[in-house]
Amino acid sequence: MNHTATFWDNIRADFPILRQEVHGEPLIYFDNAATSQKPRAVIDALSDYYLHDNSNVHRGMHELSARATAKFEAVRGRLAKFINAASEEEIVFTRGTTESINLVAQTWGPQNLTAGDVILLTEMEHHSNLVPWQILAEKTGARLRFIPLTDSHELDLDRLGELLTPEVKLFSFVHISNSLGTINPVVELCRAAREVGAVTLVDAAQSGGHCPLDVQAIGCDFLALSGHKMCAPTGIGALYGRREVLSKMPPWHGGGEMIVSVQYEKSTWKPAPHRFEAGTPNIADTIAFGAALDYLDGIGREAIMEHDQRLAQYAHERLAAIPGLRVLGPPLGSPNRSGVVSFAMQNAHAHDVVTLADRRGLALRGGHHCTQPLMRKLGLASSARASFYFYNTEAEIDRMAEILAEIERFFR
Amino acid sequence: MNFDELYQELILDHSRRPRNYGELEEAVHVHGDNPSCGDEIFLHVRFAPGEGGNVEEIRFTGHGCAISQASASMMTLKLKGKSKAEAEHLLHLFHDRVAGEGEAPEPGPRELGDLNVLSGVRKFPQRVKCAMLAWRAFEQALGESEGDGTGRVSTEEEENS
Repeated sequence: MNHTATFWDNIRADFPILRQEVHGEPLIYFDNAATSQKPRAVIDALSDYYLHDNSNVHRGMHELSARATAKFEAVRGRLAKFINAASEEEIVFTRGTTESINLVAQTWGPQNLTAGDVILLTEMEHHSNLVPWQILAEKTGARLRFIPLTDSHELDLDRLGELLTPEVKLFSFVHISNSLGTINPVVELCRAAREVGAVTLVDAAQSGGHCPLDVQAIGCDFLALSGHKMCAPTGIGALYGRREVLSKMPPWHGGGEMIVSVQYEKSTWKPAPHRFEAGTPNIADTIAFGAALDYLDGIGREAIMEHDQRLAQYAHERLAAIPGLRVLGPPLGSPNRSGVVSFAMQNAHAHDVVTLADRRGLALRGGHHCTQPLMRKLGLASSARASFYFYNTEAEIDRMAEILAEIERFFR
Repeated sequence: MNFDELYQELILDHSRRPRNYGELEEAVHVHGDNPSCGDEIFLHVRFAPGEGGNVEEIRFTGHGCAISQASASMMTLKLKGKSKAEAEHLLHLFHDRVAGEGEAPEPGPRELGDLNVLSGVRKFPQRVKCAMLAWRAFEQALGESEGDGTGRVSTEEEENS
């Protein structure tokens, strides 16, 4: 799907929040890796639900409950289609990527790991795809192992053979790094994992709304997503689990909805995915998530990906011209760069940069981006990050370059 | 608002050329950091012997944002030679100055001197902990010199109060 420049400009009209001033300057929202903005259609879906359809799902036998249930469950199928899952039974709704990963770590983990087993991760993982495994390793006696990075901030695939051994029972890695912007070769990594019999989990928090995802092509066992990073509200995300693996996992949270029959002494469980959804779900946000999926497909994820990469390339070029500024991640022109552009300035600490950028209406993020071990390894106390989405423009990047140049001069 | 409302020339100067930068033997050593933002300080304080012993010598090393480094530098200039009681008083004055609500009253407390310029931090609640890091490290040093203290400090939980 090829879109004209007018199309991209007009898209912004779907996002009323972008039409505001911050400290007297037009808002430039470059913090999409933290959370995305929501189009009118998603906000309307959320309020329409509460205006017309609100009722608890699954067990009611009245009209509103039937409507709410139908709309809620329809999103399961919609999301399955969005990522080309084999069946909607492979979609578990969660609060987001972090919860999805914890779900696997707390159910699949203790069931399948013992002392001596290895969990393989990478040095660029977000805390949410690191800490749950640390906790699991401590509980089970399993060990953590990490694929290191090359100087171009990509995974050192030369070391894969030596690190991805048959002792590795789980290989979990990030698709697109939120702090480096690196795009990892998901298909190749999952194939290598299958060859040694390791289960795979892909952290797709940054990729879910930014590029086409096909879990059949990727060949992963689990995939974790966050709705709020792909135009849906906060508080909703999903875990994809391949049927063969998901169906064997023991329950996670116990309670209503995930049971079949309950006695005082024991109960029986529903099959996956409902086994993992205890209690009243996040109905409204799930329905809004469905509207977000429709919205994204209306633009086309290939088109979104190209737009992201075009902006990232342009930003990289403009920033590279600022003295003392170093962009992290793969080099300019690499196909493995996403719309996440992190950078460090020689004479200005990231927090000072971000504070001053804010005074000019520019929303960046500064700090360790939930990748403390990575930042420490790169010798950076912190970095600043600009992250784009399809409603950002080249004109906004020009303004960012001006602002950063002004900040550089101020601290020189 | 101009950049120099928070980053006055004085602050920039101290962050570029921190005073009393270095280490001390025979001193109380405190390590303070805010892992979530990357500010880190190693504070060394030598108190004169005896109760209420003055701050004989004070140095620091570290890295971080301009606010945290400038605050540390200005703090060392201010605290050198002060008694423990005076130092504690300055700590409370400084905390009120940077973490208080609303506009900071002008002029600020005379005892704070140059440190008054950090009042701009009030408008940036996320940065209060940057300004306070060195001071909490000093508070820890005070505690250690009296025999209690845990050796490591963070101002992560510090907010506009």
